[in-house]
Amino acid sequence: MKKSIKLFTIAAITLPLLSSIAIARDQIQIVGSSTVFPFSSIVAEKFGKSTDFKTPVVESTGTGGGMKLFCAGIGERFPDIANASRRIKPKEIENCAANGIDPVEIKVGFDGIVLANASNAAVFSLTKRQIYMALAAKVPTATGELVDNPYVKWSDIDPSLPALKIEVLGPPPTSGTRDAFVEIAMEGGAKTFESLVAIRKTNKNKFKAIAHSIREDGAYIEAGENDNLIVQKLKTNHNALGIFGFSFLDQNRAQIKGAIIDGAVPNFENIADGSYGISRSLYYYVKKQHVDTIAGLREFTEEFLSEKAMGEDGYLLDKGLIPLAEEALAKSVAAANNLTPVNLSAE
Amino acid sequence: MIDKMSRHTKKRYQAERRFKIYGLLAIMFALGFLGLMLSTIALRAIPAFTQTYIQLTVEFSAKILDVDNKRDVKQIARADFQKIIREALYAEFPAANKRQDKKHLKKLVSSEAGYHLSRDLLAAETTDLNFIGTSAAIWVKSSDDVDSFIKDFISREVDEINRRLNDQQIGWIDSLIADGKLETRFNWDFFKFADSRSPEDAGIRGAVMGSLFTLAITLMLSFPLGVFAAIYLEEYAKPGRITDFIGVNINNLAAIPSIVFGLLGLALFLNIFGMSRSSPLVGGLVLSLMTLPTVIITTRAALKSVPPSIREAALGIGASKMQTILHHVLPLAMPGALTGAIIGMARALGETAPLLMIGMVAFIADIPTNINDPATVLPVQIYIWADSPERAFESKMSAAILVLLFFLIVMNGLAVLLRRKYERRW
Repeated sequence: MKKSIKLFTIAAITLPLLSSIAIARDQIQIVGSSTVFPFSSIVAEKFGKSTDFKTPVVESTGTGGGMKLFCAGIGERFPDIANASRRIKPKEIENCAANGIDPVEIKVGFDGIVLANASNAAVFSLTKRQIYMALAAKVPTATGELVDNPYVKWSDIDPSLPALKIEVLGPPPTSGTRDAFVEIAMEGGAKTFESLVAIRKTNKNKFKAIAHSIREDGAYIEAGENDNLIVQKLKTNHNALGIFGFSFLDQNRAQIKGAIIDGAVPNFENIADGSYGISRSLYYYVKKQHVDTIAGLREFTEEFLSEKAMGEDGYLLDKGLIPLAEEALAKSVAAANNLTPVNLSAE
Repeated sequence: MIDKMSRHTKKRYQAERRFKIYGLLAIMFALGFLGLMLSTIALRAIPAFTQTYIQLTVEFSAKILDVDNKRDVKQIARADFQKIIREALYAEFPAANKRQDKKHLKKLVSSEAGYHLSRDLLAAETTDLNFIGTSAAIWVKSSDDVDSFIKDFISREVDEINRRLNDQQIGWIDSLIADGKLETRFNWDFFKFADSRSPEDAGIRGAVMGSLFTLAITLMLSFPLGVFAAIYLEEYAKPGRITDFIGVNINNLAAIPSIVFGLLGLALFLNIFGMSRSSPLVGGLVLSLMTLPTVIITTRAALKSVPPSIREAALGIGASKMQTILHHVLPLAMPGALTGAIIGMARALGETAPLLMIGMVAFIADIPTNINDPATVLPVQIYIWADSPERAFESKMSAAILVLLFFLIVMNGLAVLLRRKYERRW
């Protein structure tokens, strides 16, 4: 008894002491968006297997959380790459610059956002205007007056739509998918109303507040951050539509199907060439100051943009990443090679 | 009068019976839900324990592998073994000669098959590398889509465009089955590998090791510290305002949401001490902060329940205070203290929130070998798989839940066992 207590005490005291000797990091650390996470982690895995470097550690912290960690400083304690499902914000660049960090922006591809329902349920063919009318908190009447959303059924919006109750499962406001959906689909829809466009001209913030608020009367149901959960619910509830990332539609095509938006089916080709209107760009940001000190960082960025990953048969495409057009890819490769710091004013 | 009384008695008996039935119903309700939950998880987990394999006759051609020196291990290690597997597939189905056909054909086998083939070959033949130039019939893992098809998750009835496998691919699978070149085996790799983005290659080992390292640190820190704190508070501290104040605060600490400990860990261990992110060491430190109050509270209760007569008897025959505590009081309080520690550990085993802040919610493909390697833990692994788009991860997730439940049951069983063995009654 006595001996074991002694041992325990010694262990308890020495352990933290031993560990405070800093350990040199020999693998890349990646943080950021949960949307880019599946893509970033497969590149990490392949990179670890095909080179002598250790497999990079990829954390799923969300874009904002990742940027915060990324911009916190230079040195082994801070991550080397931040994944983002949106472009870096000016404020974040400022934070980075304050710590002496030059982020290198590398665009990797697109992610489509789909509205989907069970495969044996009604077929939906929507326009952004109809999406806005179905989901906005306030919609303009014919005279341009803003009223609380009166639509109950899809057929109330347009007789050609199914006579089903509007019921849409989607992510909560903390989600990046929701941000993108609101920015592209809802704003896109709002811009088709003359009265709203007039507001936009005079007061941009007011327009945004109107276009970005989703109705809260039960037609839009916040179903959590987990896209798989929404997919499961759609399989059992044939009246509902769900909002989530394209890769989840791609993997569950047998049970769910995507709504046609502005005439385009959500598939690989349509998202890649832009005819499917709801998609966003995915990025990763490399810390320029780490390229020479962290082993393998340069090779990792090369792997991400390589033919093996991004080519026509590449493994990233197998996992559902929508690739960049040739020109944009060449630009990304150039940015990766030259380590050009991000410049928001240049497109 | 008697009539009234007997009626009254009857009523009382009835009330008694009803009361009993309420209790029984409550238990049956709870057990029913538990049974339902466990059986659904177990049922869903079954597919994760098997894996489909495809037999191929591969030719280890030096040309395809692009190896000019058969003896050069390094060169062979870098060679593209996936390519010879692809070539073997094309040879198996020579009719598929168009580019599009080949693209579909190569999706039948796991994209990691080549990597494992080269690993196995190099591990088995460290001295003798003369497999180059020969050919052999080998079994390789199928892709997750083929595996799902064999397990009936992809139905033939669905329209071709909505299926992850097209008619042509299903035709190939049927012919492989007819030739006896496709079989389902127990998926040992699930227990041998760490996480992977290919479902057929994903395993639980990395997370299990991460959990074990983390819990080892937690136990080593929180148990001795908690016991010492409890001994001081119970045996030495003068009862009074300060002791009460400390006691109340420890109770409060036990009720603090775990994410707060994660934030504390981020500020203290990562930012001030500069320890590495994602390491089980930091995870263990954070979780021991979280379990410490539980250990202190249960140990204090255990010390309190040791009868004063034992202390007095020990002191009476001339033992010092330290001897009294170490030889008599503490051994009698140990079962209670250990139970508290194990229950605290079981709670720590299921935590994800505090680990999010210190970088343990991550994709980690290497199995950790020490407390400073990046690692993840079982509940995080479950979360990551639950969040993955691939259908095949669903069963992996359920299997991981079973593994986590198994550990919890073992730990709780251990707590019961220890209590039974050392418990004394007075």
